[in-house]
Amino acid sequence: MMLLQPSMDPNRKRAKSVDRVDSVDSGSESFESTRKCGFPDEVLERVLSLIDSHKDRSSVSLVCKDWYNAERWSRRDVFIGNCYSVSPEIVAARFPRVRSVTLKGKPRFSDFNLVPEDWGADVHPWLSVFSTAYPFLEELRLKRMAVTDESLEFLATNFHGFKALSLLSCDGFSTDGLKAIATHCKNLTELDIQENGIDDLGGHWLSCFPESLTSLEVLNFASLNSEVSFDALEKLVSRCKSLRVLKVNRNVSLDQLQKLLLHCPLLMELGTGTFMQELISGPVTEFKTMFSNCKNLVTLSGLWDATPLYLPVIYPACASLTFLNLSYATLRSDELANLLAHCKSLRRLWLLDTVGDKGLEAVGSCCPLLEELRVFPADPFDQEIFLGVTESGFVSVSHGCPKLRYVLYFCRQMTNAAVATIARNCPDFTHFRLCIMNPGQPDYLTKEPMDDAFGSVVKTCTKLQRLAISGLLTDRTFEYIGKYAKNLETLSVAFAGSSDLGMESVLKGCMKLRKLEIRDCPFGNAALLSGLTKYESMRSLWMSACNVTMNGCRALAKEKPRLNVEVMRDEEGSDDSQAHKVYVYRSVAGPRRDAPPFVLTL
Amino acid sequence: MTPPLLGVEGDGQGNVSLMTSASTMESIFQKNPGLTERNYMGLSDCSSVDSSVVSGISEVKRNNLNLRATELRLGLPGSQSPERDADVDNASSESLDEKPLFPLLPSKDGICLGSQKTFVSGNKRGFSDTIDEGKWMFSSSGTDSDASKTSVQGKISAVAQPNMTKDATSKMMPQEQSHGTFGTNLNKVNASNPPASKAQVVGWPPVRSFRKNILATNSKANDEVDGKPGPGALFVKVSMDGAPYLRKVDLRSYTAYQQLSSALEKMFSCFTIGQCGSQGAPGRESLSESKLRDLLHGSEYVLTYEDKDGDWMLVGDVPWDMFIGSCKRLKIMKGSDAIGLAPRAMEKSKTRN
Repeated sequence: MMLLQPSMDPNRKRAKSVDRVDSVDSGSESFESTRKCGFPDEVLERVLSLIDSHKDRSSVSLVCKDWYNAERWSRRDVFIGNCYSVSPEIVAARFPRVRSVTLKGKPRFSDFNLVPEDWGADVHPWLSVFSTAYPFLEELRLKRMAVTDESLEFLATNFHGFKALSLLSCDGFSTDGLKAIATHCKNLTELDIQENGIDDLGGHWLSCFPESLTSLEVLNFASLNSEVSFDALEKLVSRCKSLRVLKVNRNVSLDQLQKLLLHCPLLMELGTGTFMQELISGPVTEFKTMFSNCKNLVTLSGLWDATPLYLPVIYPACASLTFLNLSYATLRSDELANLLAHCKSLRRLWLLDTVGDKGLEAVGSCCPLLEELRVFPADPFDQEIFLGVTESGFVSVSHGCPKLRYVLYFCRQMTNAAVATIARNCPDFTHFRLCIMNPGQPDYLTKEPMDDAFGSVVKTCTKLQRLAISGLLTDRTFEYIGKYAKNLETLSVAFAGSSDLGMESVLKGCMKLRKLEIRDCPFGNAALLSGLTKYESMRSLWMSACNVTMNGCRALAKEKPRLNVEVMRDEEGSDDSQAHKVYVYRSVAGPRRDAPPFVLTL
Repeated sequence: MTPPLLGVEGDGQGNVSLMTSASTMESIFQKNPGLTERNYMGLSDCSSVDSSVVSGISEVKRNNLNLRATELRLGLPGSQSPERDADVDNASSESLDEKPLFPLLPSKDGICLGSQKTFVSGNKRGFSDTIDEGKWMFSSSGTDSDASKTSVQGKISAVAQPNMTKDATSKMMPQEQSHGTFGTNLNKVNASNPPASKAQVVGWPPVRSFRKNILATNSKANDEVDGKPGPGALFVKVSMDGAPYLRKVDLRSYTAYQQLSSALEKMFSCFTIGQCGSQGAPGRESLSESKLRDLLHGSEYVLTYEDKDGDWMLVGDVPWDMFIGSCKRLKIMKGSDAIGLAPRAMEKSKTRN
């Protein structure tokens, strides 16, 4: 893109910064008008249609009016990171030819029960607008949205070419809604249901896929609890020849899985059901060939209840695996070590902390190409278990896996020195999420705050985009972040900081900050208001259980009318001056019209 | 300055030590004195972060503490009245706050109250203690409402994180491995009462509820298979006289008594030696281990277990598989306390055979 002077003023002649001889009458917005020489709009559109990245497309649209138009007509995928930042009408007006919509709703802390039910993010208003604006909508991907069965039925019956539905962390619907999708979407290619607050009324939905449906490529119902009819599932899998992703739920047994795999040798991603058999119908050797036909498998997950007896069944498939999700298998260190010895190509690995530090040593020695590691706590709320992983496991991994970019690590002890070592070993971190599970816990050896740990991360890992901090932290941590984390986009803070200075340092220093979520920190109005000029360049700010008052929020709302400053009141609501939960986000749609009574928009 | 715990022991210094700790609290938390009323940890009764139970708890806590503040307890260590125990049980994480009022207890008197991360993981206590302690300090100037002892819904397992712990130099949330030998009867009491829901910070650790549920069904299935051990892990609690906290071990990860015994030695070695220093000192560790082994093989400590019938037996009498099938929990007792067990164990195995 060579244009230097973005101009949206329709009346001004453009400077000759493009290869156009004539000046444009920018008053005409018709995209059909061709130029005498230079780019016809169709060509421009064609070129722009090759641009996929949303960020690039946003940049493109800012160049000039023509480019804005060409871009909007050529946009097929719309990504809306905050469903309240814009209205469906505005989206439909701007982008006439959309085929795929991604919508995210509730603030991320709703995953941890910090957002009351009925907060909002209802998808239905979007669907109603889209039914007229985008009757040919093909894909809908929702994250943290409220979805009802009625909405799903509406979707299934009003969008005749509908192909792909992905629901992640949504709530409000039941398996009846899935029935509607299965029944009516004749061209369905993707049904991906993950980790939703769903009312599981049984597995009959799967039997609603008609015999004529053969287009399915992605089927993920791993997180549903009810058993589906295996007969229906087997038939479905065998007639969908393009199936490349199949993730079944725990009720599917090993021998059932074996049968399924016979029908889809082209499978690329598999989520198994339960990985052990109580009543062994035949010897384990029966299963040994189960995976030997799966030449294309790159992702493996599920593996519930996997035991040393059955785990070797997957060994034949391990060499080509790039993503192994063991976060539902309570493996021990030796079991993991034996398994990983076969997994040389792993790029992404998710584990439970039952594998312990020894298991992580095995990760370090077996997986030199590892880029992503997530270690989840098997028993986060049981204070008596002193198991899990420590700093030494993390350090072992960092020694063996220098290409690590993404880490999510839950542990019960950590030291500043260990984190410094880890950062030194893996300077390419883009996502560093460390959760020391006890709030406010210091370095367990030196008793110091963990400030230096995160200081070393931000100093060394210049590409850092996402950071989640924990442990005992003073304002110094935030000073480090503000000073060094110049590429930081997302920051999650809990139980940290000593004063307003902390939050202020971050708001002042982190140029690229887009999402800031804070809970239980001593940041007050001064900190909140220090970000006055920054919030409009961010997607959102969340502050809960901090020192912010209603007056502070009102001041912010007053200064920045294009921000929605929402305060959620506590049910107990005794003290009206404290703002218990504050959610601030930019919006071109104005204040929410569907806010429940406990959400106050200032 | 001395932590209030020491300050209050037996000499009823009452407010003096309270005030000094108050100033410590202040300096520690660098709170602006003008904002002392604020409870930024969200644990005041005007916080909405935590559940209503929690805010109820803080209130009760404060109320309870108020009463405590006026009581002088001069009894011998360990001689807590049942009422107090009950209060302790009913009290939420303020067990920590109560600590200053309780006299020191020797280690033999049951499980020590340690400052261990294990207890506080996923638990708001660390903070609540600090803050509530601070708040308590300030509110002890009498701004509280009626001190009605409302019972707290759901008993909170009162093994909490002392924020003013034995180590006077510790600043914030001491999570040290080293511990004094203070203790209360808390764990003992808990052991005899059914464990109730523990006070936890809402939404912490940040584990998605979906994942939480999966794991819960996993461990339930494993732990509570009655009688017959199922596949997977079989966690039983291990407590030790004098240790500040319980551990859990997976019995299925061992195949013989020897393995279990050495694992336990490793796990609990630091406690028998008193101060458990830095974990990163291997020489010291091996010293502790061998010392513990000596202790264990001497009659200082014995390993006992509670079986399905609720009887305490000596470990080692029955075949390993039978042991796994019937063991509900383990306890490392002082040899002297376990003397009475031996005959019973023998009898039992006799009747079994």
